[in-house]
Amino acid sequence: MDRVKTSALSGAEIVVRCLQDEGVEYVFGYPGGAVLFIYDELFKQDKVKHVLVRHEQGAVHAADGYSRSSQKIGVALVTSGPGVTNAVTGIATAYMDSIPMVVLTGQVPTHAIGLDAFQECDTVGITRPIVKHNFLVKNVRDLATTIKKAFHIAATGRPGPVVVDIPKDVTVAVCEYQYPEEVSLRSYNPARKGHAGQIKKAVQLLLEAKRPLIYSGGGVVLSDASKHLTELVRLTGFPCTNTLMGLGAYPATDKQFLGMLGMHGTYEANLAMQNCDVLLAIGARFDDRVIGDPANFAQNPRKIIHIDIDPSSISKRVKVDVPIVGNIPDVLDDLLKLLKESKPQSIDAWWAQIGEWRAKDCLKYDRKSAIIKPQFVLEKLYEVTRGEAFVTSDVGQHQMWAAQFYKFNQPRRWINSGGLGTMGFGLPAAMGVYLANPGATVACVTGESSIQMCLQELSTCKQYRIPIKVINLNNKYMGMVRQWQQFFHGNRYSESYMDALPDFVRLAEAYGHRGVLVEKPADVEPALKDAFARKNELVFLDFITDQKENVYPMIPGGKGITEIILSEDL
Amino acid sequence: MRHIISILVENEAGALSRIAGLFSARGYNIESLTVAPTEDASMSRMTIVTSGSDDVVEQITKQLNKLIEVVKVVDLSEAQHIERELMLIKVKAGAKEREDMKRMADIFRGRIIDVSDNTYTIELTGDGAKLDAFIKSLDQGVIIETVRTGASGIGRGNRVLRV
Repeated sequence: MDRVKTSALSGAEIVVRCLQDEGVEYVFGYPGGAVLFIYDELFKQDKVKHVLVRHEQGAVHAADGYSRSSQKIGVALVTSGPGVTNAVTGIATAYMDSIPMVVLTGQVPTHAIGLDAFQECDTVGITRPIVKHNFLVKNVRDLATTIKKAFHIAATGRPGPVVVDIPKDVTVAVCEYQYPEEVSLRSYNPARKGHAGQIKKAVQLLLEAKRPLIYSGGGVVLSDASKHLTELVRLTGFPCTNTLMGLGAYPATDKQFLGMLGMHGTYEANLAMQNCDVLLAIGARFDDRVIGDPANFAQNPRKIIHIDIDPSSISKRVKVDVPIVGNIPDVLDDLLKLLKESKPQSIDAWWAQIGEWRAKDCLKYDRKSAIIKPQFVLEKLYEVTRGEAFVTSDVGQHQMWAAQFYKFNQPRRWINSGGLGTMGFGLPAAMGVYLANPGATVACVTGESSIQMCLQELSTCKQYRIPIKVINLNNKYMGMVRQWQQFFHGNRYSESYMDALPDFVRLAEAYGHRGVLVEKPADVEPALKDAFARKNELVFLDFITDQKENVYPMIPGGKGITEIILSEDL
Repeated sequence: MRHIISILVENEAGALSRIAGLFSARGYNIESLTVAPTEDASMSRMTIVTSGSDDVVEQITKQLNKLIEVVKVVDLSEAQHIERELMLIKVKAGAKEREDMKRMADIFRGRIIDVSDNTYTIELTGDGAKLDAFIKSLDQGVIIETVRTGASGIGRGNRVLRV
């Protein structure tokens, strides 16, 4: 056994040492047969803290929330087979929103792969379409380099989740350990600087614009380019709109901000999008929830400049006139330099037009209602937390109201599953957010349907003393499904009513938390104030809200921006 | 429109399924796909024949480039290039067809590489159209079996694809 040298480590030790050397603070995971040796090594040290979730989906969402709310890479650890398949929803969620993450998965021993072993699944095959990249490590000698590559790939270029599948025998085998300081891959060299000629062309278009609009997305948040964007908007005096994923990149309380655009975006943002003559898209991808039908969008002629790190995001749904591939902060630096040398035209007439659209007050709702309006809860949440909370959400009406009514002035404060639209994301994501930002105010805005999809994580919150506040907008319906059924399916509410709901107050109490039922509008603010004053307690606020409330404005799926539906109150 | 795309890819397990998976996941069409290692054993070269509008083919090349294991991608059909495909075709060659079959193979510059009492196996190289033409020129009743490799392509002159 001359392979066993004194300085040689087992694969399991190497995994943990890699995490330590990578500076990983938390691993979110769930043990199982294939990862027992790794867990044994985690047990023997205290540099890397492990958070035991109650379901692997929760582990990946928590790692995701950890990553989104910080500039760090989230890490999850799950066992083979069902551990992996349970993690799939979380991985796909992170992939759709380009979240840097490393997921370590156990695998059956190499000699058993392909033989339908107990808890075996083809992890690399199953996750291939939902990861930036994945690896199966067949030899312990490749383990450290592969983990380094995984962290490198996850965080650079357009970020994304990377899966490293580690067979059990590889965690037992030994070899010398050395963590590479850096890795280079000949086939992977993400661009940084944008093309100088293209940037010059972009500046020319911006200077000539009469009706310009800056439209920015999640890429600005991910690349930490919020300061650059803010400087650009202020310098040019142009209006700015953010996508759902881009909220917080530009301060929402600023007068140049038109609100979110898209299916449930503001009237002014959507009409500006449709009627602008020069559109500067930054880290956004013209997806179906933003522009609806591309043919309708193309009816109004406009010049489009598109800055993105990912060439395949450019001219995918909408033909672009000036594509600029590069890292957003680098490109904006160059753009700002050139813009400072000259002055854009006056766009007073354009602002006057936008002012008219704004006057519609498209987010207006009935403030005198005797039943709690969900929008009212979010307005009060914003006030009580002074706009400084980290807000995670699940998926549906509550998500859209949170995006519309909570004014995010900072990036990485709004944490939601925009691309995949994963119900169940909010609660576990909030755990990751809190651990990345200990002591911070964290609210999970959810609904009675979404919260039940990862409810078990209330137990994890108890174990790790994670004092988030759950804002449950309980209208007894899958609200967004109900809304579509009302609009497009003749009021046939097929399976969207949530019967036999649990008593959420007692449920929260059963998990060892505080539960509060709020049924009257007058009680909303006091309940929120009381909850957020309890710094060390998880409070589950169950707001009984108007069952018939709809999210407005709305551009029906597949329709154009011009087909926007406004509230009947307008 | 038909496009022929050449890809240099790391010679790693799973690279092929990553590329094939990309085509099926995004609804791109694969007419043929060939792959084998290059003179550099760490790399394979793949030729994919696909069809689609210019926009679709632009997306295909961008999406291929995005795959971590893909080193280089080029759309050969953008410029002068050469394509070749190999076909092995087994045909009836009894006493009455034998002479005719030999002559047809000669006309198409095919080679008879296996002979039995009543069959020939002919090897034929060319672009896809030539192989199609050969098949068409035969009486369909005489074809027993065909196998085609799919096209491989290379740029003309100084146009090269290498690292």
